[in-house]
Amino acid sequence: MAGGWVSRWPLVRQLRGEDGRREAARSARTDALRPRVERADTVARSVCPYCAVGCGQLVYVEDGRVTQIEGDPDSPISRGRLCPKGSASKQLVTHSGRATQVLYRRPYGTGWEPLDLETAMDMIADRVVRTRRETWQQTRDGRTVRRTTGIAHLGGATLDVEENYLIKKLYTALGAVQVENQARI
Amino acid sequence: MAECHPVGFQWVTEARLRGAKVFHIDPRFSRTSASVDRYLPIRAGSDIVLLGALINHVLTGGLDFREYVLAYTNAATIINAEFRDTEDLDGLFSGYDPETGRYDPSSWAYEGDVGRMRMLSEGGLAHAEAAGSDSYGARGAGASARPPADPTLRHPRCVYQILRRHFSRYTADLVEELCGISAAQFAELAEAITANSGRERTTAWVYSVGWTQHTTGVQFIRAASILQLLLGNMGRPGGGILSLRGHANIQGSTDVPTLFNLLPGYIAMPHAHRHDDLDDYIRGEGADTGFWGNRRAYVVSLLKAWWGDAATEENDFCFDHLPRLTGDHGHYATVMGQIDGTVKGYFVIGENPAVGSANGRAQRLGLANLDWLVVRDLTLVETATFWQDAPEIETGGPHPGEIGTEVFFLPAASHVEKEGTFTNTQRLLQWREKALDPPGDCRSDLWFFYHLGRRIRERLTDDEIDRPVRELTWDYPEEGALREPSARAVLREIGGIGPGGRALSHIRELRPDGSTSCGCWIYCGVYADEVNQAARRRPGREQSRVAPEWGWAWPANRRILYNRASADPEGRPWSERKRYVWWDADRGVWTGADVPDFEEDKPPGYEPPEGAKAEAALRGTDPFIMQSDGRGWLYVPSGLSDGPLPVHYEPHESPVRNTLYGTRANPARRVFHRRDNPYNPPLSSRFPYVFTTSRLTEHHTSGAMSRTLPYLTELQPEPFCEVSPELAAEVGLVNGGWATIVTARAAIETRVLVTERVRPIRLRGTTEQQATEQQATVHQVVLPYHWGYRGLATGDVVNDLIPIVLDPNVFIQESKAGTCDVLPGRRPTGTALLELIERYRRG
Repeated sequence: MAGGWVSRWPLVRQLRGEDGRREAARSARTDALRPRVERADTVARSVCPYCAVGCGQLVYVEDGRVTQIEGDPDSPISRGRLCPKGSASKQLVTHSGRATQVLYRRPYGTGWEPLDLETAMDMIADRVVRTRRETWQQTRDGRTVRRTTGIAHLGGATLDVEENYLIKKLYTALGAVQVENQARI
Repeated sequence: MAECHPVGFQWVTEARLRGAKVFHIDPRFSRTSASVDRYLPIRAGSDIVLLGALINHVLTGGLDFREYVLAYTNAATIINAEFRDTEDLDGLFSGYDPETGRYDPSSWAYEGDVGRMRMLSEGGLAHAEAAGSDSYGARGAGASARPPADPTLRHPRCVYQILRRHFSRYTADLVEELCGISAAQFAELAEAITANSGRERTTAWVYSVGWTQHTTGVQFIRAASILQLLLGNMGRPGGGILSLRGHANIQGSTDVPTLFNLLPGYIAMPHAHRHDDLDDYIRGEGADTGFWGNRRAYVVSLLKAWWGDAATEENDFCFDHLPRLTGDHGHYATVMGQIDGTVKGYFVIGENPAVGSANGRAQRLGLANLDWLVVRDLTLVETATFWQDAPEIETGGPHPGEIGTEVFFLPAASHVEKEGTFTNTQRLLQWREKALDPPGDCRSDLWFFYHLGRRIRERLTDDEIDRPVRELTWDYPEEGALREPSARAVLREIGGIGPGGRALSHIRELRPDGSTSCGCWIYCGVYADEVNQAARRRPGREQSRVAPEWGWAWPANRRILYNRASADPEGRPWSERKRYVWWDADRGVWTGADVPDFEEDKPPGYEPPEGAKAEAALRGTDPFIMQSDGRGWLYVPSGLSDGPLPVHYEPHESPVRNTLYGTRANPARRVFHRRDNPYNPPLSSRFPYVFTTSRLTEHHTSGAMSRTLPYLTELQPEPFCEVSPELAAEVGLVNGGWATIVTARAAIETRVLVTERVRPIRLRGTTEQQATEQQATVHQVVLPYHWGYRGLATGDVVNDLIPIVLDPNVFIQESKAGTCDVLPGRRPTGTALLELIERYRRG
């Protein structure tokens, strides 16, 4: 029966000698497949979070989940390309090992305990205020310094410009001077 | 570059397809080496010998781009008679104090400037102790605008002649002797870069942490600057010295610095012993000529952004709200403060020092001695869990029950779950749209610090020490159910706001009278016309090759810095081929493919009137507008802490003698002699091999964003060391087997990759006759450092091997050249491991 499903079956076509890397690889199922990016509800224009080349990324979201991250062909820097890390960045944001809960380890404790986010924020604010007061230096070697060297900060270099700005602004107002990031390293 | 910035390397490949010749100079054979015309293996840490020999080759052959050099550099400037070079003092410059290990740089000054240098507080002990030279990220140190000069370049004390003498012993022979690069290889490189520079052609140098992570790191890049200025390759298309930075926003976190010694825009943090009030600070931080002469407007606008209406002319715009430095408050000094008990609380945000910083054991000992620690990250990184799984637990170090550190772990939002800006390696700001809300308790760092600040402010008293926090402007609009502060509002504050509350368009609108505010002067205009300029996305194919409408570059959307130098002194392109920015005499403006990095209407013939200040003091032919004399500095008369010129010193730990000078290593390097930071002795038979750290395409720094991912872990599943077949035979290593690498800090084990990609460096010449057999051949061990004790693939921490010893200008550690021993097989465990390390320490 010419034109029947058997003769269109890729295996049969390939056994007949058609090129399995071309048309003869197609089946009704593969013809019906559509790229998942077509179903996306939204597409965000983003930038790769790994090295500093700054490759453009398109982040596809469907039903509140990231379904794909691809290179942005509009970018004059990357022209749509991503390296192995950039190509894996969907996994970076969706993998099952991501921590999504606040954890607390009390002094001398042997395990983690869950902690409410609001409670954690209050506890951290209390500690900053207390440590700052306890370690405050108004003067040093006869000079006014208005600072604390009891509180320090080390940040990564994947934090946004705006985040770095608020961090430096807050610590400086608090008088914390030991503020550093990956750029020192 | 192909290994660590693969998508950027597409442009190198494009250039090669158009005929460019590409050299790769690296101790380690990487994917880059496999994709270029010539790979030159070099002994780790010997780069100034190579660069110095190229400079010498240019100078002795008269191969410099003389018209460019005379017009745009300080080659003709005369240096004062007190200056003594390292050639005179066996490896030291004048002004060295052996007691402190620091320089008084006043004798390095331009002729007639010595007195002025003594008055300025740039340079010298207090400046050096607080990484003062790190503040030259957007400008130069202060010097005279019109120093005496000899345009014939014959004066024995002019910079050109000093350079000739200084580099005269940096020869092809010396390159062979100290770098292990043959005379033929050197000749090919020297011929290529000189033939490819001048009016018609330009050459670019590209570097990364292979140049910065040394005790001479800043001077490596200075050496490249000298070479590029001599060849006329700065400020021109296809030229430059391009720093390939390793993290998405590492440029942004330097520009808007979370760094101890800097305020936004490379404004130095005030120092208790160098600055009193605002006037004193402004006087001491640089010269009054060049664009930096406007710094009062930049500093006051920053203070207005932070303290708003509370900052007034009468109270010095709240200048005294800024805390004062007294010395080194950097990352490594902080760790020692933790061990010593002065640092009580520590925030670690998207960083992982337990495995990612030098001397990992000291890092973890510091963490174990805190009162409290806050870690924010995507996953539970080693820094959060050190108390339960650090390697010390196995060797009898502190156990969880002995560690009093209270730890808060807060999960972070990923890059797609928040909006904000990354500044890439070419100073380009790119805004990211948010794709979706973060899951569970995950929040952005913007959310964390905004709400932490809000809570702290609720707890304030009327006490005077609380005034700077009370008066801080901290009223950002909150958005959505999570009460996310508006990143757009923060970027708008950074970009500057003028009278009437409108966003500023340009740096030149900033005022010193308090009528403007600007969170980072170099970013001024990023919100021009109330438009987020960093969010611009006109497709590259619809624009010129400069693509000025994709994102926004600082300053003022200029894509190539100092691009006035792409035209000749009269303002004409050096050649049609290299046309970029030029003077349009008919319209009376600078024009071209890029935004001119120059006053748009300043004619090439402009001569400054007597007593002119700021940019008005620079000629129409002075392209380096952030320098006090408008010139590219071949010789640096002030600002650096280890000398006005690059000098070859051996790494802090090295198996090789310095045959050039009696001074072995950088005399101004920062050393920390402490029990928890022991050093391998130099020239020690106990530590005969050199190790250098490296990265792989499939992983990212210390691995928190890569060895947690199944895809990437599968591609590079475990740590290894790369060794040559010769070293494998010498030590008894087997491909696929195990090796133990030992330093005075640690012993770690990795799998062995025996490969001819690693080549023993054969040093020739005088050393061979004088030195031991080991010194004649230097074996280098290459160690990718991405692993730790957590994640899908684990391995020993390579950073545990590395000592804390720092470049004296910017306080970066020497990760790229250390010494070690290599043993076959796995390392011992438990106390036997400590005994092994102890045996090596005692010798």
